[in-house]
Amino acid sequence: MKELREESAPNETYTRYLGEGKLVFQHCTGCGRAVFYPRVLCPYCGSPSLEWRESSGRGAVYAATAIYHRDREPHNVALVDLDEGFRMMSRVEGIAAEEVEIGTRVYFEAREEEGGPVAVFVTEEG
Amino acid sequence: MSLKGKAALVGVAESDLGEVGPGLTPLDLIGQATLRTLDEAGLEKGDVDGLFSSSAYYHMPTLSVGEYLGIRPRYSDGTSMGGSSFVSHLFHAAAAIDAGLCEVALIAYGSTQRSGGGRLVSASEASPYEAPYRPRYPVSMYALATSRHMHEYGTTREQLAEVAVAAREWAKLNPKAFVRDNLTVEDVLNSRMVSSPLSVLDCCLVTDGGAAAVVTSAERARQLKKPPVYLLGAGEAHWHRNISQMPDLTTTAATESAPQAYEMAGVDPKDVDVVMLYDAFTINTVMLLEDLGFCEKGEGGAFVSGGRISPSGELAVNTSGGGLSYNHPGMYGLLLIVEAVRQLRGEGGERQVEGAETALVHGNGGVFSSQVTAVLGTESTI
Repeated sequence: MKELREESAPNETYTRYLGEGKLVFQHCTGCGRAVFYPRVLCPYCGSPSLEWRESSGRGAVYAATAIYHRDREPHNVALVDLDEGFRMMSRVEGIAAEEVEIGTRVYFEAREEEGGPVAVFVTEEG
Repeated sequence: MSLKGKAALVGVAESDLGEVGPGLTPLDLIGQATLRTLDEAGLEKGDVDGLFSSSAYYHMPTLSVGEYLGIRPRYSDGTSMGGSSFVSHLFHAAAAIDAGLCEVALIAYGSTQRSGGGRLVSASEASPYEAPYRPRYPVSMYALATSRHMHEYGTTREQLAEVAVAAREWAKLNPKAFVRDNLTVEDVLNSRMVSSPLSVLDCCLVTDGGAAAVVTSAERARQLKKPPVYLLGAGEAHWHRNISQMPDLTTTAATESAPQAYEMAGVDPKDVDVVMLYDAFTINTVMLLEDLGFCEKGEGGAFVSGGRISPSGELAVNTSGGGLSYNHPGMYGLLLIVEAVRQLRGEGGERQVEGAETALVHGNGGVFSSQVTAVLGTESTI
């Protein structure tokens, strides 16, 4: 996997890559585990030796909910397990909120929103 | 270190509950509950030398409560980990009393969230890794856990509805319960969906309310008005703050806090007469009964079915009617303790569990985040 450049502020680094359309996570060289969200130390082994890696963007839905509104269609929130071994909250697009199923294979896409870049997922067939 | 039998609850009281109207503040409710609990214990305000509180209203809760009540504690603990905080306060109070750091501890809480707008007042900060997706805090987080529990174990919405119905059956026996009308499984299933698979009747109430409890040493407790209710054991654990960081959405840190509490108390789940657990949502009761050892992991849905935890069932769970039907003023943990103490004193009225001697109180906080277990018992248990 390609070496990515070092930065000092973990959240800024993550956001900058996301702005470039890349989903990145940290790999702990101490224990070998994937770390997400980004930090200055590994929450598993305590090592400060974390290196940035770009995710394949492929994963599966671990949990899902559809949030209902009085005045518009529901929106979906999901937890996605990426193939590299980390989990993140996101949403699955291109499918009705109520139809997002656990186990569905999904693929990362970046979206530019008002508050900055956001990682979302689409179904792999979609 | 064992705290078994070292400290006891000698006074518990609620403030006014339900909907108190626009004038009263959370501190006023704390004042009401404190007056009532000191009166019940036969203690004076000046006896209190340890103060414990948590709040979504007051950034420095023990300072605000101490100032309002005119209490100058020599031991102060504002441990804040959500609704479980107050069970943690009980645990910490017993430790402080045992260490001689204070002798009479007051635990106090108040909220006017219903009169103040009818929404959960929360000091929760948004995670930059979750906020962009607009989960509805906290229901969506519990809904995610529910979706996973259903997926892994086949838990059904009907089984969750059984939890709400059982809570309502208990509430019908409690004059202080906020909702006491009839409720069926079908009512729950047909109620408005909030964050699937949880509908509005899977969610706790939004009420005003407060409570206070006084804890003191076992020696002093025996000189006071009410029969002491002893802390037999306690344990606390937390593994995450945000739901996306919860290692396994179907297993909570209660799997650590409960064994600690049981070991200290020298009891097993089968010895427990009354279970008061934090039912913010119907899934809480299902998952926590598993994690507290009342059934195997994954069997919680079947366990609560057929009215097993209702007043006519085999296990007395949430005899006040719980957060689902009694009252839920933002953080509900102290009200779990109030009901457990009443049951162990035989003051449960129509809902009294016959011969109750051992009660389990389990607080949950955040989004299945903090878990605090306490085992309480009567004089006969020590």
